[in-house]
Amino acid sequence: MRAAGTPRWAREELLICFEHLSTPLKIALQGLFVLVSVIVSAGCVRNEPRADVVIVNGADPESIDPAIITALEDYRVVPGLFEGLTRIDPETALPIPGLAERWEISDEGREYVFHLRQGLRWSTGEPLGAEDVVFSWLRLLDPRTAADYAAQLFCVKNGEAFSTNGITDPGKVGIQALDGRRVRVQLNHPVPYFLDLCASPTMAVVPRRVIETHGDRWLQVRPLPSSGSHTLEIWRLNDKLRLRKNPLYWDAANTVNETVEFLPVGSPATALNLYERGVVDIIWDKDLVPSELLGDLKQRRDFHDFPYIGTYFVRFNATHPPFNDPRVRRALALAVDKQRIVERIIRGGEPVAHHLVPTGVANHRAPDGLIQDGVQARKLLVEAGFPQGKGFPVFQYLFDSAAGGGAKVHAKIAVELQEMWRRELGIRMELRQLEKKVYLAAQNGLDYDLSRSSWVGDYNDPNTFLDLFLSNNGNNRTGWKNARYDGLMHQANLEQDARKRSELLRQAESLLVSEEAVVIPLYFYLGFQFYDGNRIQGIHGNILGMSAVRTIRNKAVRK
Amino acid sequence: MYFTRRLIGMIPVVLGISFLAFMLVRLAPGGPFDHERRPASPEIERRIREKYHLDEPLLSQYGRYLSGLLRGDLGPSLKYRNHSVADIVMQGLPVSMTLGMCAFLFSLGVGLPSGFYGAARRGGFGDYATSLIALSGVCVPAFVVGPLLVMEFAVRKRVFPVALLESPIHLILPTVTLGLYFSGRVSRLLREGMIGVREAEFVVAARAKGLSEVSVLLRHVFRIGMLPVVSYSGPMLADLLTGSFVVENLFQIPGIGVFMVNSSLSRDYTMIVGLVLVYAVLLLMLNIIVDVAYRWLDPRVSYD
Repeated sequence: MRAAGTPRWAREELLICFEHLSTPLKIALQGLFVLVSVIVSAGCVRNEPRADVVIVNGADPESIDPAIITALEDYRVVPGLFEGLTRIDPETALPIPGLAERWEISDEGREYVFHLRQGLRWSTGEPLGAEDVVFSWLRLLDPRTAADYAAQLFCVKNGEAFSTNGITDPGKVGIQALDGRRVRVQLNHPVPYFLDLCASPTMAVVPRRVIETHGDRWLQVRPLPSSGSHTLEIWRLNDKLRLRKNPLYWDAANTVNETVEFLPVGSPATALNLYERGVVDIIWDKDLVPSELLGDLKQRRDFHDFPYIGTYFVRFNATHPPFNDPRVRRALALAVDKQRIVERIIRGGEPVAHHLVPTGVANHRAPDGLIQDGVQARKLLVEAGFPQGKGFPVFQYLFDSAAGGGAKVHAKIAVELQEMWRRELGIRMELRQLEKKVYLAAQNGLDYDLSRSSWVGDYNDPNTFLDLFLSNNGNNRTGWKNARYDGLMHQANLEQDARKRSELLRQAESLLVSEEAVVIPLYFYLGFQFYDGNRIQGIHGNILGMSAVRTIRNKAVRK
Repeated sequence: MYFTRRLIGMIPVVLGISFLAFMLVRLAPGGPFDHERRPASPEIERRIREKYHLDEPLLSQYGRYLSGLLRGDLGPSLKYRNHSVADIVMQGLPVSMTLGMCAFLFSLGVGLPSGFYGAARRGGFGDYATSLIALSGVCVPAFVVGPLLVMEFAVRKRVFPVALLESPIHLILPTVTLGLYFSGRVSRLLREGMIGVREAEFVVAARAKGLSEVSVLLRHVFRIGMLPVVSYSGPMLADLLTGSFVVENLFQIPGIGVFMVNSSLSRDYTMIVGLVLVYAVLLLMLNIIVDVAYRWLDPRVSYD
């Protein structure tokens, strides 16, 4: 082996090495050095000073077009940009006047006349009037918009027909501008939560001029006219979304920050690190911090939680035996130790759920639901013809492998349920984990026995949960059709008296979770926020999980 | 002439890839508009599919895509409905490329000297030491290295920022995380390449001429021993320039690596195909460049 004469790596010798290189290589190396320096400085130097408030918002908003948004991340950003006739009170999550200063309700709740505030302007200075409201709402219904949430306006006279192509004349839809400042809305039937709907980000008022000129790319226009407390300054996917105070907003005097930034952060560990280093001020979701650390984080003073309008539950496919038998469904529901799931797996302090509508939702009266009772469960199984689980077919539990921390939770709950049912009822369940989209397809096609499910409400009323299980609702996904349930729900929503309505809804919910047990509610969600209360003020934990951007203030920033 | 021919040869390859990508993404069950919450009416679902032409036969959809492609239009993203795929690529690609270029240079900067040293000290302690380091670089994945680096240098010592991309300093940890694996590969390849030619006839001849060992290694052995690294550089650079999911996710870097993975999870058909095409074109171009570099480095190679 020849090792003699190998160089000693002193500094001079490195220089000699460079001298030994051929001239074109030297030039290439030097050129490369210059090129890279230029690229690097151009690629990452940004002259963007820190925003007053920086928030980790979770996933990137898919859109900030009110007609398109569906995800929570989108919902948290949009109200800062576009406001509706009403807006959500950040403390109570109830609708309060927004662009409309007042309204009159007549015809037993079938007709609303909204009065817009005087002197409303877009952030770009043009006047904002009743025609803009009509345009925005018709746009939500318009088939060409292809809005996921168009159905929010199906309660409006001819709304559904206009949306599904029966009627092409927008003049026939029950949304009209009476004059520059008054909008009249005619409904097919009374909608007790209509003012809540008006506050929904999907029904916000959007700028006609820009949308008609630029089509689907209207949000790329700068300056973008906005009707809310802020304007859009920067929106780069997977990078940041920055809002700046809109001085022409009608309530600008009460906007307490100049700039707010939303960061999409994909990794929980990264989100927590950014927070600990003070790069961000607020993290507003539990899934955005490492679940392993949740136990410790909960003890901290900057940890804040609040009841949230979401429920984790299990769906039955009610079309096949043995699960088309309510006794079997009830037996399984009664055998679940929800407390154990919450304490051992979820560990965020979430309350166990015996009914579907989360505690704290407005107008809600909770039914008792099914409380764990092994004896009763076994008895029901005997009645259904499966003593000690004998003869009970092996069935499958469908769940998804969502990215992030959530997937582990689904799997752990699946294993726990498998064991509970084996021990209590002597029945055997197999686990079937599918990738998210495949899982959704299987659930939609009723290709499952039992399926992990969850739901987050759109507005602060039990209807947002209970209408899912109407026979014709696309989100039912259990194959369960019940005329009595449909009837109760229908009756409830015609009821003018709030107390009687709550009672009817309670009966419907009781039918759903106790008598028929089509779903097994496991636990209610909690909302989580991390922020230093001494520094960050005006952030609220309401049941909709939607804190108003305009009220969040960072005391460390000098006005 | 050679260069032009190769460039023209790329066209059918790119078309073939676009066709395959377009058809393959449709095999996965579920679609871009299947969400946890379905629109309340099937009519709305139909409308959305119609708007994005998903209701047409696949071949005619492909035709539509192709005619857009010829005009440089990669279509709208089906997940980020207000953005076009071209927008997203134009915004993210430069960032991924910057990081990729840094990682590439890091790989060469660390890999070449250590491989050279290993080859020069073959069988000695230095060889074993560099080999060990290179191998661990190859074996330990970025999702382990990255968090360790962040923990030590960003959280404990606070020397570097934990994430985001706001200044060149922010690039350092991601560059090391991304480049470590490749520097290990480069180091190993160079070492093997150089050892293979150390006793070749032209090297012996060079020594016989009385050249110093440094000079022999650098001017002759290195030049030929470098060839495996050069061939590897094409795919390596294509990989690096199109971003890495792990590193971009960990450091929250706004590149396109994250979209590569997420678009397939969300069945964002147009985005998947667009990104595959970007990757394919980069890879093909870089392979041409590699071939040209070959001819320059090794006089024995010639293309006619």
